[in-house]
Amino acid sequence: MMEDQVRVQGATGVDLTLTVAGPGNRSYAFIIDWHVRALLAAAWLLLATMVFQLGLNVKTHDALLSLLPAFGIYFLYHPVIEIALRGQTPGKRIAGLRIVTRQGGTPSIGALLIRNLFRLIDSLPAFYGVGLVSCFVTTNRVRIGDMAAGTLLVVEDSGASKSLQRFSALAGASHLSLDGMELVDQLLERWQALESSKRIAIARSLLERLEPGVVAGELASLNELQLQARLLQLVQLGEAAKGGRAPPAADSA
Amino acid sequence: MLNDSRTKQWLGARSAAWRKAAQLVPVLQQRRHATLEEALDAVESYRSVARDLATARELAPRSRTTAGLESLYAQLHALISRKPPFRAAVFVNLLRDRVPTAAAELRTRIIAVALLMAAGFGAGWYLVDGYPELIGLFASGTMIEKVEQGHLWTEGLVNIIPSSVLSVGILANNIVVSVFAFCSGIFFGLGTFYLIALNGLMLGGVFAFVHQHGLAGALFKFIIAHGPVELSVICLAGAAGTAIGESLIRPDRGTRRDAFQACTHRVAPILLVGSMLLVGCGFIEGFISPDPRYSLRFRVIVGAAYWIFMLLLLSGRLFRPPAAPLQARRS
Repeated sequence: MMEDQVRVQGATGVDLTLTVAGPGNRSYAFIIDWHVRALLAAAWLLLATMVFQLGLNVKTHDALLSLLPAFGIYFLYHPVIEIALRGQTPGKRIAGLRIVTRQGGTPSIGALLIRNLFRLIDSLPAFYGVGLVSCFVTTNRVRIGDMAAGTLLVVEDSGASKSLQRFSALAGASHLSLDGMELVDQLLERWQALESSKRIAIARSLLERLEPGVVAGELASLNELQLQARLLQLVQLGEAAKGGRAPPAADSA
Repeated sequence: MLNDSRTKQWLGARSAAWRKAAQLVPVLQQRRHATLEEALDAVESYRSVARDLATARELAPRSRTTAGLESLYAQLHALISRKPPFRAAVFVNLLRDRVPTAAAELRTRIIAVALLMAAGFGAGWYLVDGYPELIGLFASGTMIEKVEQGHLWTEGLVNIIPSSVLSVGILANNIVVSVFAFCSGIFFGLGTFYLIALNGLMLGGVFAFVHQHGLAGALFKFIIAHGPVELSVICLAGAAGTAIGESLIRPDRGTRRDAFQACTHRVAPILLVGSMLLVGCGFIEGFISPDPRYSLRFRVIVGAAYWIFMLLLLSGRLFRPPAAPLQARRS
């Protein structure tokens, strides 16, 4: 997955760094959205034909109530949802993406409409060929709709923001070095995503480095849950001394 | 890293402010309106996170703290630069100011595109008039067969498809054609030229063919109610498309991308108005045009009135506030 960074001037004079989504991120979000809208349209068709007993013949009035809403859902999904969710769709939200202006702001309704109008060109000749090529060759990985609207699709790192809250609360009181805290915090955050053998090995190695006076044999006898508890205890030492709450990572474990 | 313990102290001291800012962001992101206090809180958080980010970049450039602050700062930046929620006044302003400005900017192009369509019409007429077999390029087999039997393909249309269904199908098709004429300007205007010329060519060819079979009057009667606005909107969209093309060929500001973006934003309101007009055209074409009960005079009146409405809309006169009386102005 290719990711580029763009620096934008903030209103305070401090630049903000935006991570631009590459074709991989875009495709991932699009595929989710495509499934959502196709399923919604199909669900409406099923409801219309089976519950309301409407026909699908385009030469009858029924078509207005059966086919038209289904086409509406399918073709207006992106503009309507992006406007309602201010630059996001369910697919983009799952993929951690957001549409922003080139200045990093929230795009206007006009910009979002223009962005979606140019889907007509981006989708040519098939499977978003023009849009994909454009994403590969342009500096900010934008499709033609983004160029017309003046928007960027950026990676929204909400995990980093959550981690900041947890980490900064512990930092003031922990006896660990900053590097050590970051490593433990990262490991705990990614605990579930890592393979069991990998997380055990990393946890043992970290504890050996960070816990003063730990015996290697003692660590070898600890199972996964015990290792995780030891890591949690390690970062929470200071916080516990202050009577603080356990970090959210403990919940996910 | 400069000084580990001082950095940790600083992190600890700032953590409450960051937690508050991080909690504020999702709350305000989900709401359409914020109270004055919340807005001021967001601005204050934005300032303090900016300061802290600058410090964090110095103290621990590649740390998770800095990454978290970058993310929080970007979210707050997007939040405070958010446009106000949509109000009817914004739409009225668009129709009153931006549409007339765009229409005035595009005036010469609209004439040029209309002439291109007329040239296409002439070429189509000439081709089919001289070589009748070429009608196969412009019309379907069923259409040709019906005309050769002395009937227009539109006859009895309302008996086959309900007018409402017909209208929706027609307006959707016309809007797609206009959007294509607009967007294909991205190919340096060539896509727009091709579409406009092709539409004129097809129209001319079909008219020549029905003329050969003595049905030109009937076709004129069919299209006169909806045709003037429909064709005008396609020309408007084409004119906007050529403006986009020119912005790429001869950028008037910054880079080609800047010029393209600025031009698209300037002329896009025309497409919005055009789409609204095409909805009306679709209903006229579904309910009035195929219905034999409406006389030619009625159709001409509808067509002319709708066209004048379009001109008023494009000039912005429909939404201008009434001029103040002379006495009031003097005082």
